Amino acid sequence: MFKILKNTQLAPQVFHYLLHAPDIAKKALPGQFVIIRLDETGERIPITISDSDPIQGTLTFYVQAVGKTSLEMSHLKAGDFILDVVGPLGNPSQIDLFGTVVLIGGGFGIAAIHPIARALTQAGNKTISILGARTEELVILENEMITASTSVHVVTDDGSHGTKGLVTDILKKMIEKKEPIDRVIAIGPLVMMKAVTNLTRPYNIPTLVSMNPIMIDGTGMCGACRVTVGGEMKFACVDGPEFDGHAVDFEGLLNRLKTYISEETEAKEKYLKDTGGKCRIVKVSQIYG
Amino acid sequence: MAEIKKDSQRNKTPRTPAPEQNPDVRKKNFQEVSLGYTPAMAQLEASRCIQCKKPKCVIGCPVRVAIPDFIKQVAEGDFLEAARIIKESNALPSVTGRVCPQEDQCEKHCVIGIKGEPLAIGKLERFVADYERIHSEVKIIELPPPTGKKIAIIGAGPAGLAAAGDLAKLGHEVVIFEALHKPGGVLFYGIPEFRLPKEILEAELDYLKRLGIEIKVNYVIGKIKTLDELMGEDGFNAIFIGTGAGLPYFLDIPGENLNGVYSANEFLTRINLMHAWEFPVFDTPIHHHKVFAVIGGGNTALDAARTALRLPTTEKVMLIYRRSRDELPARLEEVEHAEAEGIEFHYLASPVDIKGANGWVSEIVCQKMELVEPDASGRKHPRPVENSAFHLKTDAVIIALGSGVNPLIAKSASDLQTDSHGHIELADPDINLTSRPGVFAGGDIVTGAATVISAMGAGKKAAHGIHNYVMSL
Repeated sequence: MFKILKNTQLAPQVFHYLLHAPDIAKKALPGQFVIIRLDETGERIPITISDSDPIQGTLTFYVQAVGKTSLEMSHLKAGDFILDVVGPLGNPSQIDLFGTVVLIGGGFGIAAIHPIARALTQAGNKTISILGARTEELVILENEMITASTSVHVVTDDGSHGTKGLVTDILKKMIEKKEPIDRVIAIGPLVMMKAVTNLTRPYNIPTLVSMNPIMIDGTGMCGACRVTVGGEMKFACVDGPEFDGHAVDFEGLLNRLKTYISEETEAKEKYLKDTGGKCRIVKVSQIYG
Repeated sequence: MAEIKKDSQRNKTPRTPAPEQNPDVRKKNFQEVSLGYTPAMAQLEASRCIQCKKPKCVIGCPVRVAIPDFIKQVAEGDFLEAARIIKESNALPSVTGRVCPQEDQCEKHCVIGIKGEPLAIGKLERFVADYERIHSEVKIIELPPPTGKKIAIIGAGPAGLAAAGDLAKLGHEVVIFEALHKPGGVLFYGIPEFRLPKEILEAELDYLKRLGIEIKVNYVIGKIKTLDELMGEDGFNAIFIGTGAGLPYFLDIPGENLNGVYSANEFLTRINLMHAWEFPVFDTPIHHHKVFAVIGGGNTALDAARTALRLPTTEKVMLIYRRSRDELPARLEEVEHAEAEGIEFHYLASPVDIKGANGWVSEIVCQKMELVEPDASGRKHPRPVENSAFHLKTDAVIIALGSGVNPLIAKSASDLQTDSHGHIELADPDINLTSRPGVFAGGDIVTGAATVISAMGAGKKAAHGIHNYVMSL
């Protein structure tokens, strides 16, 4: 049993959790994740660790309330418990002195890019973060990203905050101006990550993307999280979650993520009906789109 | 007491059949297929044993259960004494009585099997363990005084549980670290309810806990703690690694990333561990397929096929195997059960392509195979027949070709020697010691995918080695 110490709403569907998990907190590194199961009938879902405090024994993470489990979780309060939390899983991000690193966080992906940005800055890199979202209220952790990065650009689809446009517009300008970029790390919707890799490929800029496929055990047993990378089958839980973006088969993963759309919708609708919930929810397709 | 029969008569007495659920009923439920003996049936079957002076059945048992001794007690009606005898060497008798391939082990060596049918040792073991669980307070054997030694067991599967049971009985403090949220390993996530009811597994685990064993779930050793930390700050005197099989093998043919393609591990885990067949009461789903094609011929393939058949929307399940029925690695009993339930077997066929429509599986293309001279495995070698491709319509494919190794422990402990496949190498196979002092290993992580009982045998062997090691410290 793992105690929730804090749950605050950050954006319309984004919740910020502080969890007591001392053993995991001692080991968690940027880029790693946990798998949680809320209760005895719950499913196992992977969640990126955004921060850890080994002294307080806490983990920080952000969850977008879009499906049944994440909606249910959004109603948990400080003092409530999560039945199972296992981690830290996956390989940590490589934190070295690369030079200039561009970190791109798309929407909810900003929560995952934040600890990596901070660690890379601390390692002496020049970190340029590009935060993108559909609209202003979905640009999360902007102040934290400003603190964690050398500089920050914000873009929104509708221009309600920062520059109007896409994250790739900013990156493209940087590349065209021949600004030196030693590495790009992009985390967010698959289509965004794919667009970033297509942009950097002709320039041979090393580009890492973080995969969040369907996963059950998260320890290298079930094979559900397979991703084709460079024509080879890789498993996000033990080989990833970060991969060379230029080698990832995004189309294959996009398709696999659609496997349970109808069941996810069914579970969510049942949950909302059972609880009389009136949450503002986005369509499942929007997460994957 | 029953009149002692002459050996020649016993040989001719047929084996007592155990009742089973009717195939037409059971193929749509998850309840246990075999219903087990009644006390009268068990006594009748036990009376067929000729009590060999040098019992060969015991040699065939990887954990050396004193088979003739417990059978004698069954024949005489003292079922609780029979249970006590079995538990001296086997901590999980109601599990092994159900899932052991007895026909290849104890029963294969049974002397009365030479002229007639061998004694039903497995069914009797199961009966005794079930009888004890149902009819009595399961007794905890008397434990010796604590030795003060601490042993960490990594993985709560058959190898780890067997090692833990033996070590606790020797007076050691035992902590098991399990990665999943339930202990049991393959007994929980792999073997389906209709072959091994979870309730029975829980009872066996409860027995181990009453021996004083602590089981910590959600602990991935190699990630949350290293072997160094376990033996350093955590004060463990020895470690047993029984992390089992790892990543599933796939076919390496086109279409394996289509939706509707599962590894047997994923499919079975969704059902057994996560209760996907009870979606939406349980949150984990499994897609509602009508037709399944299962690839492979081992016990896992059979488990997957028969599980698929039991899902509410399933209309047909095919099993595709590249050799013939005679070479199936699965237990004959499971094959016969599957046949009776209506699984469609396609022998001498090997998949070459999985075709899809709209991102989902629509058919599987196979080629015919023929068998030629035996290969290294001793089984006849399958060879493709030219221009023999044929198509089978299906909307799901389950791949059950076995597993590689789990890389997590070896990755975190560079001084642990592994072979080219990643299996942990033993420095002393007699006691299952690894290249690292105080660290022992056994089960699938050492041998590659094998049986529950062979993993338990390895766990027991290691327990013996660990005991001698920690007592010499």
